[in-house]
Amino acid sequence: MADVLKKVPVREQAPKVRATNFEEVCLGYNKEEAMEEANRCLGCKKAKCMEGCPVSINIPGFVHEVKEGNFEKAYQIIGESSALPAVCGRVCPQETQCEGKCIRGLKGEAVSIGKLERFVADWAKENGIKPVPAAQRNGHKVAVIGSGPSGLTCAGDLAKMGYDVTIFEALHKAGGVLVYGIPEFRLPKDKVVAAEVENVKSLGVKIETNVIIGKSVTIDELLKDEGFEAVFIGSGAGLPMFMGIPGEQANGVFSANEYLTRNNLMKAFREDYDTPIAHGKKVAVVGGGNVAMDAARTALRLGAEVHIIYRRSEAELPARKEEVHHAKEEGVQFDLLCNPVEILTDDKDWVTGIKCIRMELGEPDASGRRRPVEIPGSEFTIDVDTVIMSLGTSPNPLISSTTIGLDVNKRKCIIADEEFGKTSKEGVYAGGDAVTGAATVILAMGAGKAGARGIDEYIKSKYAK
Amino acid sequence: MYKILNAEKLSANVFLMDVEAPRVAKHCLPGQFVIVKMDEIGERIPLTICDYDAEKGTVTIVFQPAGASTTRMAQLKAGDYFEDFVGPLGQPSELCHEDLEELKKKKIVFVAGGVGTAPVYPQVKWLHEHGITADAIVGAKTKDLLILEDKMKEVCNLYVTTDDGSYVRKGMGTDVLRDLVQNQGKEYDLCVAIGPMIMMKFVCLLTKELNIPTVVSMNPIMVDGTGMCGACRLMVGGEVKFACVDGPEFDGHKVDFDLAMKRQQMYKTEEGRALLKLQEGDTHHGGCGHCGGDK
Repeated sequence: MADVLKKVPVREQAPKVRATNFEEVCLGYNKEEAMEEANRCLGCKKAKCMEGCPVSINIPGFVHEVKEGNFEKAYQIIGESSALPAVCGRVCPQETQCEGKCIRGLKGEAVSIGKLERFVADWAKENGIKPVPAAQRNGHKVAVIGSGPSGLTCAGDLAKMGYDVTIFEALHKAGGVLVYGIPEFRLPKDKVVAAEVENVKSLGVKIETNVIIGKSVTIDELLKDEGFEAVFIGSGAGLPMFMGIPGEQANGVFSANEYLTRNNLMKAFREDYDTPIAHGKKVAVVGGGNVAMDAARTALRLGAEVHIIYRRSEAELPARKEEVHHAKEEGVQFDLLCNPVEILTDDKDWVTGIKCIRMELGEPDASGRRRPVEIPGSEFTIDVDTVIMSLGTSPNPLISSTTIGLDVNKRKCIIADEEFGKTSKEGVYAGGDAVTGAATVILAMGAGKAGARGIDEYIKSKYAK
Repeated sequence: MYKILNAEKLSANVFLMDVEAPRVAKHCLPGQFVIVKMDEIGERIPLTICDYDAEKGTVTIVFQPAGASTTRMAQLKAGDYFEDFVGPLGQPSELCHEDLEELKKKKIVFVAGGVGTAPVYPQVKWLHEHGITADAIVGAKTKDLLILEDKMKEVCNLYVTTDDGSYVRKGMGTDVLRDLVQNQGKEYDLCVAIGPMIMMKFVCLLTKELNIPTVVSMNPIMVDGTGMCGACRLMVGGEVKFACVDGPEFDGHKVDFDLAMKRQQMYKTEEGRALLKLQEGDTHHGGCGHCGGDK
C-alpha cells in the first residue's frame, strides 16, 4: 500500500538523458497513477485549494471524477473555469496556489492537482474530446489583441457566450509566451500549445496572425471602421530590460527573450530550420526567475556549461522550486549572491568573460525581500563566451501610445480594474501582463476571464437601454 | 498567406516583388520596413519597403540575396506565396511628420548605396507628391548593379555614379556629394543616407565635415521586429536604442557605426554554413562546420 501522505510520484526523463534533448522532462501520470493520486483527495466541503486557484476551478469536483475514472466529466468540469488546462497543469506554480492551500499538505504532501489537471487535459486530447461551442451566436463582434494566455482565455470565454471573436497576433504563431518563451521541454509546442489553440478555434474564434496593433491597424480603427464593439488588450509585457553595464552591446550578449524566441518560436535548435543561434561553450545567465531557468536549461541542451548569476541567495530565487530543482539536477551551476558589473570582450567585440561582485543581504526593502549589498573589493571574473540577460520585461508602449484616451501608469502598464478589466477608454478592456507587468500564466488567464465578463456586461448594458 | 503578384529581377543581384498585403499597404509610410518569413522552416527577415499602393493592397519589396534565406527567396515567382508578411514596422521618416510649409523650404539630398536605392525611392516619391523635389545621389558598384534609375528620375534630381566608372561617372556617392557642395555651390539642410553600414558611416564622416545634419537608416540583425528581443540594439548618442521600434532612422552623427558593424557579423559563420548547405544540397555534410570561421 502506498503512503497516503506522499504524492504518487510522476515519471520523468532521467536528468542526464534529458539534458541533451528538448523532449518534455515530466512524462505525466497514466490512468492508474492518476486514479491513485485522486484517491488521496479528501473531497473537502470548504475546499481551500479552490481559493488558491486564480480561476477557481472546481478542484474537488474534477478530482472526484478522476478517482471514479470519469475523465471526460472531469474535463468538462475543468473547462467551466479554464481554457488552457494542458498548459496550466504544466506551468502553474501550484506550490504557491492550489497545492499550497491543500489540507493534505499540512501533514504530508499536497494532492498533485497540477499533474491531475494535466492528465485530464492530455487524456481529452488523445481521445478527441473538444470543448463545447456556444449553441447560438449573438452577432456582436469583439477584438482580442494578443494570443497569449489572457487573450486566448478571454476569446474562449466570449466565444462560449456567443460572441463573434477575432484575435489579432503580431507574431506568425499564436500562443504568446507559450510559443516563444516557455521551452519545448516544459511545454511541448505541437502536442500541447497548438492543440490548446485549436480548441479555442473550435469554439469559433478567428485568429489573424502578423497584425501589429498600432502599426498594421489601430484600436480606434478596429472600433470605428471594422465593426468591433469592444476590444480586449492582452498584449503582455515583452520589452526586455538590460543592466546598462559596460560591454552589454558585445557580440554574444542576448536578452533571454531573443535567445528563447530563436530557440522556441524559430526552432533554432533544429538543423532543418533556418534561424541560427549562438552555440556558446560556457554561458552565463543573469537573473533568477523562471525565464532565467528556461534560458539556462536551453543553453545546457545546446551543449554549454551554464552558470546562473543571481544577486540574492537561493531562498529569494523567484523561479519555481520545481524548475530550480530540475536545473540543478541537469547540471546548471548557481553563482548566488553575486552581481555582474562588466562584460569583458576581445578585440572583435566578442564576449570573453563576465566580471561580478559578491553581495551580502542587508535590510528588507519595500517588497519585503532582503536587499543585496555589494561587498567592496570582492570582484572576480567568470570566463564565458555567451551572456543571457534575464532581468525581466515591461509592457511595449506601442499600443498605449497609439490609442487615444488609454491611460497607463508610470511603468507603462495599462490601467484597468481587476474585476472587469475596464480601462479609461469606453469599450476597451485589458488584462494580463499588459496591466500587471510580467506575472504568471494563470494570473493572465484570470484577467482574461475578468475581461470577458466586463465586455459581456458592457455590450449587454449598451443594448438594454 | 501573402501572394506574390509580380516578381522581377532588377539587376544582376537585386530582386523586386509586389506582394498582396492589404493591412500593411494601407498603413505604410516612407522609412518603414516589413518582416517576411517564407515558410514553416524559414527565418524572419527584415526587408525594405520600396513602394506601396493602399488601393490595390500591395507592398513592393526589394532585396539582394546575401545568405541562404534570401537566396532561397529569390527563387520565388509570381503566384507563389509568403507564409508570413508583417508590417509596416519601425517609425516612419521624420519628414512625414514635419510641417509641410517648413519642409518645402528645406534643401534635401539623399545618398543611396546599392540596394539602399529601394528605401530611398518611397521617400523621394513622397516628397515629390508633396511638391518637393530633392536631390538624390545613387551609387552602384558597376552599371549592371544600378537599380530603379528611371523611376527615380521621375521624382527627384538624380545623380548616378559607379565605383568602376562603367556608367555616367566614376566614384563613390561621397565623392559626388563633396563635388556638389564644394564645387557646384549646392547647400543642403538635410542629408538622408541609406545603404550598407560602411557607406553610411563614410557619408556621415563627410557630412559632419560639411556641417549637414544627416539621417541614416540602420539595418542590424533582427528577429521579431516589434521590440521584444533587442537583437537589433544599437548605441545612438550613448544610449541603447532598438532599431526596429525606435528606428530604423537615426541621427547619423550619433550612431556608433563600428559597434553596429561588429554586431552585424555575429552570425557570419552560421550564415556561411547555411548558404553552403543550400548550394551544395545533399552533398553538404557540414565539412565547413568545424572550422570556427572567423569568429
